[in-house]
Amino acid sequence: MALLDGIPCSSAVTSHRPWPRVVVDADGWQKAIDRLVANEIVLLGLWGDADVVHMALACPEGDAIAVISLECRGGTFPSVGARHAPARRLERAISDLFGLEAAGTPDDRPWLDHQRWDCAHPLGKGGRPKQAIPYRFLPSEGEGLHQVAVGPVHAGIIEPGHFRFAANGEFVVRLEGRLGYVHKGIEALMSGATLDGAARLACRTSGDSAVAYSYAFVSAVESALQIEVPARAVYLRALAAELERLGNHFGDIGAICNDASFALMHAQTGILRERCLRVAETCFGHRLMMDLILPGGLARDLAVDGHAAVTGLLAEIDRAFPRLIELYDKTASLQDRTVGTGVVKPAYARLFGAGGYVGRASGRPLDARRSPGYAPYRDLSFEVPTLQEGDVNARVWIRIREVEQSVQLIRQILAQLPAGAIRAALPSSGEPAEGLALVEAFRGDVLVWVRLDEDRRIARCHLRDASWFQWPLVEAAIEGNIIADFPLCNKSFNCSYSGHDL
Amino acid sequence: MRRTLLQSIVRGPLTEATPEPDEAALAELACSVDHAARTRLGRSLAIRQVDAGSCNGCELEIHALNNAFYDIERFGFRFVASPRHADVLLVTGPVTKNMREALNRAYNAAPDPKWVVAVGGCARDGGLFAGSYACLGGVSQVIPVDLHIPGCPPSPTQLLKGLLALLQHAGANLPSS
Ligand code: SF4
Repeated sequence: MALLDGIPCSSAVTSHRPWPRVVVDADGWQKAIDRLVANEIVLLGLWGDADVVHMALACPEGDAIAVISLECRGGTFPSVGARHAPARRLERAISDLFGLEAAGTPDDRPWLDHQRWDCAHPLGKGGRPKQAIPYRFLPSEGEGLHQVAVGPVHAGIIEPGHFRFAANGEFVVRLEGRLGYVHKGIEALMSGATLDGAARLACRTSGDSAVAYSYAFVSAVESALQIEVPARAVYLRALAAELERLGNHFGDIGAICNDASFALMHAQTGILRERCLRVAETCFGHRLMMDLILPGGLARDLAVDGHAAVTGLLAEIDRAFPRLIELYDKTASLQDRTVGTGVVKPAYARLFGAGGYVGRASGRPLDARRSPGYAPYRDLSFEVPTLQEGDVNARVWIRIREVEQSVQLIRQILAQLPAGAIRAALPSSGEPAEGLALVEAFRGDVLVWVRLDEDRRIARCHLRDASWFQWPLVEAAIEGNIIADFPLCNKSFNCSYSGHDL
Repeated sequence: MRRTLLQSIVRGPLTEATPEPDEAALAELACSVDHAARTRLGRSLAIRQVDAGSCNGCELEIHALNNAFYDIERFGFRFVASPRHADVLLVTGPVTKNMREALNRAYNAAPDPKWVVAVGGCARDGGLFAGSYACLGGVSQVIPVDLHIPGCPPSPTQLLKGLLALLQHAGANLPSS
C-alpha cells in the first residue's frame, strides 16, 4: 500500500520538493489519522503555518515521505493527538505558537508558552498574552505516593527542564516532563531571514547537532531551489557529520558510565571526544563546526592538514576504543546498572516512530542516512545496528557500534573525496518554493521544512528534533525503575532540550 | 581495567600548560568586587552553571573543562550541584523569558560574595537570538554580570583564560599564608 493510499486529497503543491505535499480536507485528515492509528504509517512531524497545519508522514520502512496540509477553518483542526498520542505535544506547541486549536484533544494545556511572553501566539494571530495559570501536572493517585519535583535548574551542567516524579518509596510510578524553558523563538527569527542568516540559526537550534541541523536546513533549501551541490561539498558535509557523531557518541558513552559511577570510562572517552573536536577545528576552523555548511555548499574547504588530522584520529580510535569496549563489557558493576534499566518496549518505539539509538535499541532499524537516504551516503557502505532489548545497555551498544560505522564511513569519504569547488551559486529570486529534508543527527532524525519567498528569504521554516518523539519514551522507560536510576536513563537518551524547545 | 589504569600511569599526563589569564577579562574585573569579598573566598572557587536558554553548545565546552586536557580542578575550580554552594554563577544563553525566574532564583540562592560570569555571545546581548519575543537578550538584563567570556561557543581555553583572570582577581591581596 502506497503512503497516501486511502487519503483523499484535493490538490498537490507542485513547488514542494523532493517529496509530495498535498492539500486534504477534514475527511482526508481523518483518513490519515486512521492509518496512523492502524500503524500503517508513521508520524514524522506536525506543524503550523498561516491558518494551515501540515503533517509529515512516512511509510514504516522510512523510504516514502509525504506532507498533507489542512486549512484550519475557524482556527481549528481535528486533533491527531486524540487518537495518536505522539502528536499531542506537537499540537500543544501549534496551539501556543499559532493559536490553531486541535479540536477534540484530551490535553489542552500549554506547552512551550509558559505565559511569560509579551504576546500570545507569536507566529500566528498574536494577541494579548495568556493569563498565567498554574501548570496542571497529570494526577497520580494511590496510597503512599509522593511527588518529587526536579528542575528546571539541575545539579549538573545540563539543559533546563522540569521533571515531576510520582514515586512509591524508591520506585517511580509516573514521570511527567515539562519543557519549553529554553524556547528562544527560533522559527519566528527565521521568518524573513536570508538563507545564510537562517543557516546560522539552524546551527544553533541544538549546538551538539550543529552540523546535522545545518545539513538538514540546507538540504531542504537546496531541494526547494533544485540546486546541484558540488560533489566535494557533499562529501565534506558527510565528513563533518560523522565527526560530530563520533564526538557526541564518545562523550555520551562516557557520561552514561559516569552516571553509573564509573568515572574511568568517562575520563577515557572524554579524551577521544576532545580529539574529535580538535580535529574538527583543524579541518574546518571550529570545534563544533558551526557555520560550516551553507546553502549551496560549504563556507570553508577542508584545511590542508585536515586529511592527516582525520587519519591520525582514526588511528587513535582504532588503538584506544576496542580496549574501552572491553572495559565496558567486562565491568560487572557497570553492567549491573545498565542491563535491564530503563526499558523502552519495541511497540512504543514503533508507535512514536522513535529515531536514533533510542529506536534502534528497541528494534526499529531506521536511519535517515539509509532511508530515505541522501547523498553521499547512498554511495557509501555502512550498517545500521539494531537491538531488541531497549534498555540502557542496548542504547550504549548501539552507540558503540555506530562509532565503528562512522570510522568506516570516514575512511570511505576520505578515499573517495572528490576535488573541485565547494559552493554553488544560488539564484537571488524566483517563484516561491518549498523543500523538506530529513537528516540523521547523532541522536536521530532532524526534519526541516522550508518555504522560500520570491526574494529567496525564509517565509516559514520548521525544524523538528528527534527528541519530540523520544522525550515521551523517557517517561515510559523510567516507570517501575528507582528514582536514583533516572540520571542514568535520561543520559542514555540524551534528548535535546534546546532542539525540542527551540 | 587494570591495563587501562596502568597505561594511564605510564603514558604521562595529557594536561595542557596553564594559559595566561585573559587581559581584557582582568580589566573588566578590576572594578567588580571589593577587597573584603576577595579575602573571604581564597584561592578556590565553586562554580554553578546555569543554562538560561543556550543552544547547548556553550555547555559542551564548559563540560570539556573537566576533561584530561584542561582539568579545571587543578586550578581550584569545582563545579557544584547547588547555587547555595557556589561562589560563581556561570550563565549561558540569551536568557529566555521562560528561564528568567529560575535564573533569578539561582542568583538569589547563591551566598554573597559571588560573581556572575556570562559565557558566550548569547549571554552578552542575546547573540543571534536578540530581538526575539521569547528572549530578554543577555544575562545583565536580569542579574549583574562581572565578567563576559566571548565566543560562540568560547573554546575551553578561552573559558579557562577568563576564569583564571577571575581567580587571580579573587586571590589578589590575599595574605601569603
Ligand atoms: S553563544 Fe553560541 S554556542 Fe553559546 S549558547 Fe549562544 S549560540 Fe550556543
